Parts: sequence; C-alpha cells; structure tokens
Amino acid sequence: MSAGMVFDGLLVIITLWLAWASLASRDLFRGIVLFIAFGLVLAMIWVRLGAPDVGLAEAAIGAGLTGALLLATWGRLPRPEAAEEMERPEPTMVYPDRLNEPGIMLRIVVGSALVAIIAAIGWVLLAPAVAPGLTDTVGEKLAVSGAENPVTAVLLNFRGYDTLLEIAVLTAALVGVWALGPAPKVAHATPSPVLLGLNATLLPLLVIICAYLLWVGKAYPGGAFQAGAVLAAAGVLLILSGGRPKIPMSLKPLRWAAVVGLAVFLGVALAVMFGGRHFLEYPDGMAGGLILFIEIAATISIAVILALMFVGGRPEDES
Amino acid sequence: MLIDVLSIILIVAGAAFFLAGTVGMLRFPDVYSRLHALTKGDNAGLGLMVIGLALQVESLAVIGKLVLIWLLVLLAGATASHLIARSSIKRNIKPWSRK
Repeated sequence: MSAGMVFDGLLVIITLWLAWASLASRDLFRGIVLFIAFGLVLAMIWVRLGAPDVGLAEAAIGAGLTGALLLATWGRLPRPEAAEEMERPEPTMVYPDRLNEPGIMLRIVVGSALVAIIAAIGWVLLAPAVAPGLTDTVGEKLAVSGAENPVTAVLLNFRGYDTLLEIAVLTAALVGVWALGPAPKVAHATPSPVLLGLNATLLPLLVIICAYLLWVGKAYPGGAFQAGAVLAAAGVLLILSGGRPKIPMSLKPLRWAAVVGLAVFLGVALAVMFGGRHFLEYPDGMAGGLILFIEIAATISIAVILALMFVGGRPEDES
Repeated sequence: MLIDVLSIILIVAGAAFFLAGTVGMLRFPDVYSRLHALTKGDNAGLGLMVIGLALQVESLAVIGKLVLIWLLVLLAGATASHLIARSSIKRNIKPWSRK
C-alpha cells in the first residue's frame, strides 16, 4: 500500500464524514461551514484524480462562491436567538420526545448502505485499470481544436453545446433572482481599515489572476469558468466591504455584462452556419481565435452573474 | 540528500505548528485566544512548509509562486482574524479571564 493510497483513503473518509456532518448538522451555520470544507476537500480529490481544471472550478465556485451565497442567505434568515447562540457554540435544539429518533431498522439500513458505498469506493480505488474513455479520441483531434488543453478543447469545441447551455442556465438563474425582487437594503457600516487595505492589495491581484487563468486556459488548466469565478470573488469582496465604486452606476452596463457571454457564444455558433457549416462548427484555422473571443465574453458574464447573485436581488438603478 | 533531510525537518515542523494551532482552536476558552492559536499555527506552519517545499523545486518561478501563496495566506489570514475579533468585540463578547 503506497503513501498515495493512504492519502487517498484519508481523503475519501474525510469527504464522506464532512458531507454527512454538513447534512446532519442541526446548526445551519455549522452546516454551511462544513459544506465549504467539503468543497475544498472535494477539490483536492479532483486534483488527485488528475483533473486540476475541475479542482479549480470546484474550489472557486463549489466551495468559495456557493459558500458565500449560502452564508449570505443564512444572514437573511430570521434568527430570534442570534445573540444567545453566539454564547453557546453547541446546538441547543432538543426534541421533546423520541418520536423523531430513527428506528433501529432504519439505522441498520443506512449503516449498511454507507458501508457498501465505502467498500465500493475502496474497490474502485484498488481496481487496476481504468477504461480509457474518449481520452485517445480527444488527443487525436486536439491539433484542430484550437486549444492545447484537452479540457478546453472538449468544453468549447467538441462539446461546445454543453457549455453554451451552462452559460444559458447561469444567465437564466440571474434573471430568476432579479425577478424575485429588489436587492435587500444593506446597513452601511464603516468597513475596517484593515479590510480596505486587503482590498487594495487583493483586488488588482485578482484581476491579474483572472486574466492569467483565462489566457493559460488554452494550454493549461484554467479557462472562462475559473477566471470568471476569481473575478466574481473580487466583486464579492468589494460588495462585502461596502466599497462600491462611487460613480453614478446605472443598471444598463450590468445587464449587458450579464448577457454578453451568452450573446457572443450564441452569435458565433450561429454565424459559422453562414458558410454552410453546422451549429457551433468552427471554420478551419479560426477555432483558436473564436474560442478565446467566446471565453473573454463568457468570463465577463460569469463574473458579473455570480457577483450579482451574491447581492441577492435586483440592484436599484442609480442613474 | 542533506537537502531532503532538511526539507523533511521543515515540513514536519510546519505540520507540528498546524497541529498545535488546531489543538489550540479546539481547546482554548474563547474566540480571541482561539484566533491567537490558529493564526500563529497557520502562518508559521505554512511558512515552514513553503521553505521545505521550496528546497525541493528546481525553478525559481515555482519558488516565487510558493512564496506568493504564503504571502497571500498571511494577508488573508491576518485580515480574517482581525475581522472576526472586531465583530466579536462589537457583539460585546468579553475576553475570557481566570476569575
């Protein structure tokens, strides 16, 4: 048994335990924190599986931004005993009788199911060979895809349709959030000078990292979703510290920024059809440029959509 | 060979800091002392690990990235613990003291 296998086994146990603890926690806040930790460990598993692209996306979106969204939601839930809870870290909910206790049979069934899942995962981990899937096919066609990173090639060329729909789902989700009502009024507290100092260092750096991730996505792990998530994190930080840009900002540029990704993707997908090609069939030799074009627009939209979801409603028009 | 031994010593020392920080966070009585334990462990522990790992890599660019990661964690950790302590004071949570 190699050291790597011991590490992988530990990761599996920690992930399952975190998932269970997050679901079973009676304290919502604790459940959210455990969920964020779960996302980070899951990202490590993706890295161990040789999928750093997915790992990056999981850490940035699954753990980071989803965690921020959950915490923002938690902050808006009514909590009558908020002050009391702070004093007592232990959850205080007590069931009046044992009616809600699961029966012994249920416990045995759930326990056996968990043991079976762990055994199955262990068996998969110890299994010698993995089916190659489509790896070879992707490798053969990589030269004509316009990207050197196979993940980017699959996402934006071979399976561009899926990515197009993903961006459409994100855009639709923002429309849904805005349709629910205006953003909640946030009480303006003076942000700590230390936080503003962090912003001054971190925000420019996040923009650079976003551009870097977008650019290297062509050949290495990275791409529109990771870059967009990093930029969205910068937006969330800005919103959290109350330091919105002091320019009269109307909603119009935000609306355009939110839909530009979907619009460009769809536009390119339709425009290539004029040459008698299929939907999303890039012309020979133009794939690289078109993919970069789509990715830049998608990054802007993903960042704006994720950050605006954190706002939690339709922002007021300030023009 | 000597470098490998040095790396191992540094990384194990870093891990010891993390362990001490974790024990402190679990065992210390109030939010302020927990923050104290956690940040010391994180900052020094990660720093030792970064030095230990930097001894193992060939290119300067990778060392630069490792150091950058450490600096960013220092910055984020210090700010986050300051914000937690600040909001705890605003909520009138009294620092623990032996009566």
